[in-house]
Amino acid sequence: MINNKRVLIVTPAWNEAGAIYQVIRELRGELPGADVLVVDDGSSDDTARLAHAAGAAVAHLPYNLGVGGAMRLGYRYGRDHDFDVVIQLDADGQHDPRYVPKLVDAIDDADLVIGSRFADRDNDYRVRGPRRWAMRLLAAVISLIAHTRLTDTTSGFRAANRRTIELFAGWYPVEYLGDTVETLVYAARRGFRIRQVPVAMRARIAGAPSHSPIKSMIYLGRAFAILLLALIRR
Amino acid sequence: MKLTILTGVTGLLLFVVIIELLRRRQLGEKYAILWLAVGLVVLPLAAFPRLFDGPARALGVASGISLVLFLGFVFLLLVCVHLSWEVNRLEEETRTLAEDVALLRTETEARAVSDQQ
Repeated sequence: MINNKRVLIVTPAWNEAGAIYQVIRELRGELPGADVLVVDDGSSDDTARLAHAAGAAVAHLPYNLGVGGAMRLGYRYGRDHDFDVVIQLDADGQHDPRYVPKLVDAIDDADLVIGSRFADRDNDYRVRGPRRWAMRLLAAVISLIAHTRLTDTTSGFRAANRRTIELFAGWYPVEYLGDTVETLVYAARRGFRIRQVPVAMRARIAGAPSHSPIKSMIYLGRAFAILLLALIRR
Repeated sequence: MKLTILTGVTGLLLFVVIIELLRRRQLGEKYAILWLAVGLVVLPLAAFPRLFDGPARALGVASGISLVLFLGFVFLLLVCVHLSWEVNRLEEETRTLAEDVALLRTETEARAVSDQQ
């Protein structure tokens, strides 16, 4: 229990053996009142065993579905076990578990809370070039749809209340960026209240971020496509 | 005469392959009927290559052969779109099954642990 709410933390993990043990140990230490479910997204390494050893419940997907597939599984688990709040938290150690209670508090007057990396001015999370333009554009358009100021629409650190858990347990896209951007548009257009809470990001424990300009351009194109599709879809 | 043989052999081959696949139960009726219908259009063309000249002229197409080519192209395009749609549906179904399997495994493992205690 966190603030009288039954909280489930869902961590989608695909070949995260380098970080998962430490991330789950820290989660368990910081938030003893929360349940932790690691969704092993068809990993070929030791991710599942290490997550289990660190004290998390583990759900194995038989093959890799992507973050969207792993998260729908998490929301279905949360719905079936009557959790009040489902928190999505990445397995690479970038999300600081100490912000989880802040997200849980914010869910009192919102259906979906986003941990935003850009809401705070003295945050050291910086992005440049086409990727930055893409993120700016997404933030501007989705803020309009959601009638609230959102600065980080691709954040994978979010909290969902009961109503949103029900929605996402039945529908959650698997495409890249669909799991973040499209879900926001989908929820906002159905009148779900979305709020953001500033969070600081940490360096990831394992794995490297991508900085190539070509990849950034592809990212921009995909972001556009996903956004346009989300807007014309029913 | 050569054209008659070419068209006739193609049409017959299509028939034989489809019926053999049906006989071995490797093709459902849904698709078999579609391809058999294609064969039924191709075979008469062997005997009467000028069969489509009339309708072609009525539609403003110079020759029956062009009309057949055009319709064939549109038909194949539609089949491709249909198959993409079909693959998408299958992906969505297998995804749901994968999630179900994962949930069931988690439940049974949790039950096994609580039974031991």
